[in-house]
Amino acid sequence: MPLNPIRHPSGGWDLCLSRQTLRERIERWTPASAGVTLVLILLALFLATAAHAQTFPKLTGRVVDSANLLSPEQEATLTQQLAALEAKNRRQLVVVTLPNLEGYAIEDYGYRLGRNWGIGEKDVNSGALLIVAPNERKVRIEVGYGLEPILTDALSSVIIQQQILPAFRNGDMAGGIMAGAKAMVDLLSLPDEQAEARAQRIVADAKQQEGGGFPVALIFWGIVLAVILLSMLRNRGGGRSFRRNGLPVVLWGPGLGGGGSRWGGGGGWRSGGGGFSGGGGSFGGGGSSGSW
Amino acid sequence: MSIRSMMPRFTAFLLLFALAGCGINSVPTAEELAKARWADVQNEYQRRADLVPNLVATVKGFAAQEKEVLTQVTEARARATSVQISADDLDDPAKLSQFGDAQGSLSQALGRLLMVTENYPDLKSNQNFLALQSQLEGTENRISIARRDYNEAVRAYNTRIRTFPDAIGAKVFYGAKPMTPFEATTPNAQNAPTVAF
Repeated sequence: MPLNPIRHPSGGWDLCLSRQTLRERIERWTPASAGVTLVLILLALFLATAAHAQTFPKLTGRVVDSANLLSPEQEATLTQQLAALEAKNRRQLVVVTLPNLEGYAIEDYGYRLGRNWGIGEKDVNSGALLIVAPNERKVRIEVGYGLEPILTDALSSVIIQQQILPAFRNGDMAGGIMAGAKAMVDLLSLPDEQAEARAQRIVADAKQQEGGGFPVALIFWGIVLAVILLSMLRNRGGGRSFRRNGLPVVLWGPGLGGGGSRWGGGGGWRSGGGGFSGGGGSFGGGGSSGSW
Repeated sequence: MSIRSMMPRFTAFLLLFALAGCGINSVPTAEELAKARWADVQNEYQRRADLVPNLVATVKGFAAQEKEVLTQVTEARARATSVQISADDLDDPAKLSQFGDAQGSLSQALGRLLMVTENYPDLKSNQNFLALQSQLEGTENRISIARRDYNEAVRAYNTRIRTFPDAIGAKVFYGAKPMTPFEATTPNAQNAPTVAF
C-alpha cells in the first residue's frame, strides 16, 4: 500500500493517505493492530524525549563510582558514613565520580544531576553532592537549597582547597574523595537547631498547602461518570435520549498536572525495599568548584 | 424528584467544572510560578549586591590605589540596586531590559575588579578575600540557574495561555499577557570575546 510521504513546510513529514487507502486501512483495522500502533507511537514519544534529555548515571547507591576511582572497601566505608549521616539528621549526601561531563560545565552538570536524582528530602531540599570528574580535572560540592546556610559556598571552597585538591594533585584520587566526604559529613553531622527548625517549618507549610487543595479533578470526573451512568439507565428505561435534551458535550477535563512543575525530579519513588533513592530535593547552584 | 428535573442542576455543575478545564486554575498557577521564579532571580542579584561592599572594602585594604575600578563597582552597585521590577511588570520588556542592563554593568565592573586583583599576590592569598571570591562565584552560578528556571517558567506560562484549552480562560477571564523571558543583556554578550596576546 503506497504511503506518500510529503515534506511539510514546517519541516516534519506527513504521511498522506489517499481516500482509497484510508478506506482499506479502516477495513483492515483490528484492535490488535491498533494496539501495535499505539505502542509504536508511545515508544516514539518516549525515545524522542529520551534523546533530548541529558543523560545521567544511575543512582545505584550513596556512592556512584562511575569513573572507578574507589576500591570496594573504600566504597563500603563511605557508604556507611553517608548512611549514618542520613540516619542521624536525614541529610542526604551522595558521592559521585563521572567519566565525563558530556561537554557541560561542572556547575551546570551538577545541579541538573542533583535535581534529576532528587537528592535530599522533598521541600526541605537537604541534599548535597560531591562530584569528581577526573578526566576534566574538576571537582564540585553541589549543595541543595536547604543546606546552603550550613554548607556555604565559602565553606565548600575551603573543603575543596584544603581537603580534596592537595590529595588530587598528588594523584591520590581516592584519598581526596575520602577526606572531602569526611569533612562534609563531619560538618553536616553537627546539630543545627536553627536549620532543623527551619526545615520543620517548611515541611509544615508544604503540608498545609497540600491539605488545602480541593480535588477538583476527582469530583469533576465523578460527576461525568454519574451523568453517563444516569443517561444509560434512562435510555434503558425507554426514555428519550439525552442528546435531544441538549446535554452539553464535555470536551475536556481539568488539566492533570501543571506544566511548570520543576520540583522533585525523583519525588515519591522512595521504595520500601531498603535500596537507596533520593527524596525529591532540589538544587539551585549552591556550593563551590575546584580544579587541579 | 425525577431525573429529568435534576438535569439543569447537573448541567450547571458540569459547566462549573468544565471551566476548570479552560485555565481558570491552571493559568494563575503558572503565572504565580513564573512570578516566584522571578523573585528568585531578584533575590540572587540582591545577594550579589550584598557581597559587593564587603568585597570592595577587602580589596581596598590591599589595593587602595585602584581607586577608579573600586568607584566604578560601587557606582554600578548603586545603580543596580535602584532598579527593581515588581512581579506585575514582567510583561514589560523595556523594564526587564533596563534591569538587565543595570545588572550587566555591575557584572562588568566586578569582572574588572577581579582582574585587577590578579596583580596583588597578598590579596589573592587573603582568606577573607578567598571566601568572598567563592561566595561571588557561587552567587553568579545561582543567578544563571535562577534565570534559566525563570525563563523555563515563563515559557510554560506563555505556552499555556496561547494553547487550547487554557487560551480560552486566559483570554476571557484574565486577559493574560505573555511574560518576558530574561535574556542575556550584557553588552556584546552574543559576540564571542576576541583574545589578544
